[in-house]
Amino acid sequence: MLAEKYSNEISAILTKYPAERKRSAVMPLLYLAQREQGYIAQQEIEEIAEILEISSTEVGSIIGFYTLYYDKPGGKYRIQVCTDLPCALRGADQFLHQLCSNLGIKVGETTPDGLVTVEAVMCLAACDKAPMFQVQTGQGLEYHENQTVEDALSLINRWKSAS
Amino acid sequence: MTDIILLRHREIPGLSQLNIYLRHGGFQAFEKAVTKLKPDEVTDVVKASGLRGRGGAGFPTGMKWSFIDRKAWPHYVVANADESEPGTFKDREIMEGNPFQFLEGVALTAYAVQANSAYIYLRGEFWKIAENINQKIAELEKAGYLGDKLFGTDYSLRIYTHLGAGAYICGEETAMLESLEGKLGQPRLRPPFPPSYGLYGKPTVVNNVETLTNVPMIIQKGAEWYRKIGTERSPGPKIFSLSGRVNRPGNYELPLGTTFRELIYTHGGGIPDDRKVKAIMAAGASSALIVASDEALDTPMDYESVPKLGAQLGSASVIVIDETVSIDWVIYKTLHFFKHESCGKCTPCREGTFWMGHLIDRIHSGGSSWEDVELLREVAQQVKGKCLCALGEFSIEAVISGIERFEPDFQVMTSLSSPLKIRVEQPSTREST
Repeated sequence: MLAEKYSNEISAILTKYPAERKRSAVMPLLYLAQREQGYIAQQEIEEIAEILEISSTEVGSIIGFYTLYYDKPGGKYRIQVCTDLPCALRGADQFLHQLCSNLGIKVGETTPDGLVTVEAVMCLAACDKAPMFQVQTGQGLEYHENQTVEDALSLINRWKSAS
Repeated sequence: MTDIILLRHREIPGLSQLNIYLRHGGFQAFEKAVTKLKPDEVTDVVKASGLRGRGGAGFPTGMKWSFIDRKAWPHYVVANADESEPGTFKDREIMEGNPFQFLEGVALTAYAVQANSAYIYLRGEFWKIAENINQKIAELEKAGYLGDKLFGTDYSLRIYTHLGAGAYICGEETAMLESLEGKLGQPRLRPPFPPSYGLYGKPTVVNNVETLTNVPMIIQKGAEWYRKIGTERSPGPKIFSLSGRVNRPGNYELPLGTTFRELIYTHGGGIPDDRKVKAIMAAGASSALIVASDEALDTPMDYESVPKLGAQLGSASVIVIDETVSIDWVIYKTLHFFKHESCGKCTPCREGTFWMGHLIDRIHSGGSSWEDVELLREVAQQVKGKCLCALGEFSIEAVISGIERFEPDFQVMTSLSSPLKIRVEQPSTREST
């Protein structure tokens, strides 16, 4: 239960917004829920709805609209490569495809061990340091810039040995 | 050489620490404003400075503040840190390197419009930056620069961060307010504009990070001093985010009115392998494509001159496209961005970006006919002027200008006798025309 486990954090989040505007806390609470398993389960959706006094459909619509929320499990680490125009002008598309073929997966897929999902995403505001990607886990996001395929593979190897 | 005023952390090591920021005059402007100036006097100085919004629209900042409705309370300030335009990465550097100057700008703006709460809306990907900013806010509260009854006056101010979650549209100010209210980030019909009906329906000023970071120095050194930088109608410095096919991509703080040539060649070190510049996008993916003629390269980058080239300066995110790149591929890239980011609220944008995406796929994979190019242009014209917000309008800028100004590239694509076997993702693998 989120409310029990994170009661202090939840009240800290709620104090940021006017008392009668609790709904504003839906995005931070979804991040909190996602911390557990890297995605948001139905039970947590309902719990957030109850805390904020809105319907679970309204909470679900937020997950659907915003790309950083997930309602299904993925790899433990999500490697999200920006392939928008400025990054693509610096070779981001080849980077993505070479990375995937090295891992034996297609863009959007997860490695069989469940460790890594590789995705193509929209601009991450790092256009001068492409190829680049962010790594998303339930715990947060981290940027990796000026990358080669070798850099990315050795990062993945470090995760492998750590897990 | 003009003073650097936004990216000062490049010259002052440790500027992201409070003691060092204070040692370099930090928060003197805010303290002076709260203790000695009336809120309207702060607004008047900003008006006189000629500062214009750096997020893209270039609207006069002081004028925006003066529109705030004084009959309805409370007032809010929202800092737009959603930076998501392909080609833009300046606000990120400011918040990482010079966070206190940004926060002082938020505080001064809040005082000027008498807001007691300010929110910083950061894109979700700026997770670490938000954590860092939260820490800076806590330090400021501890040091007495934020909180209740500041400097012994009755003025109180709290600043909060709020993370988005991956939606370009939330950079549009009314979509941002909806998102902050816990709803889908979809734009509102305007008018009413945020200064009369903003966050929670209350008067709200929304300003971009870079705009706000200008404010402390304007208050400290005065409008006269500020107007010495830049041009008469576009005063001040601008951070140009330079990306694409250049040797030294990055952020460059230069006076408004600097030429494309100076940015690309003097600062950016020119083009790899001495290739020629073919096209320039001055406002990120939202730009019309500028033909990189000598005349264009010598054009000053300010809010008045760039429109003469049939484009906009916008957020000054300069994407350089060299002669090896085919423009149909550029449009393929930008259209897929806008198709993905369309919020779906209004039909012309939702359907327009969807069908334009299909058309450019067909053109880009070869084997289509010129009719498809005509149809693409026609759909773009149908989108024009009919959207609820600027996103739909942005989506067609590169399409219309690209077909008109780089027609031979499309002729090549439509004259191929059969579709390319492999989708060409990389422009340099194909000869340009």
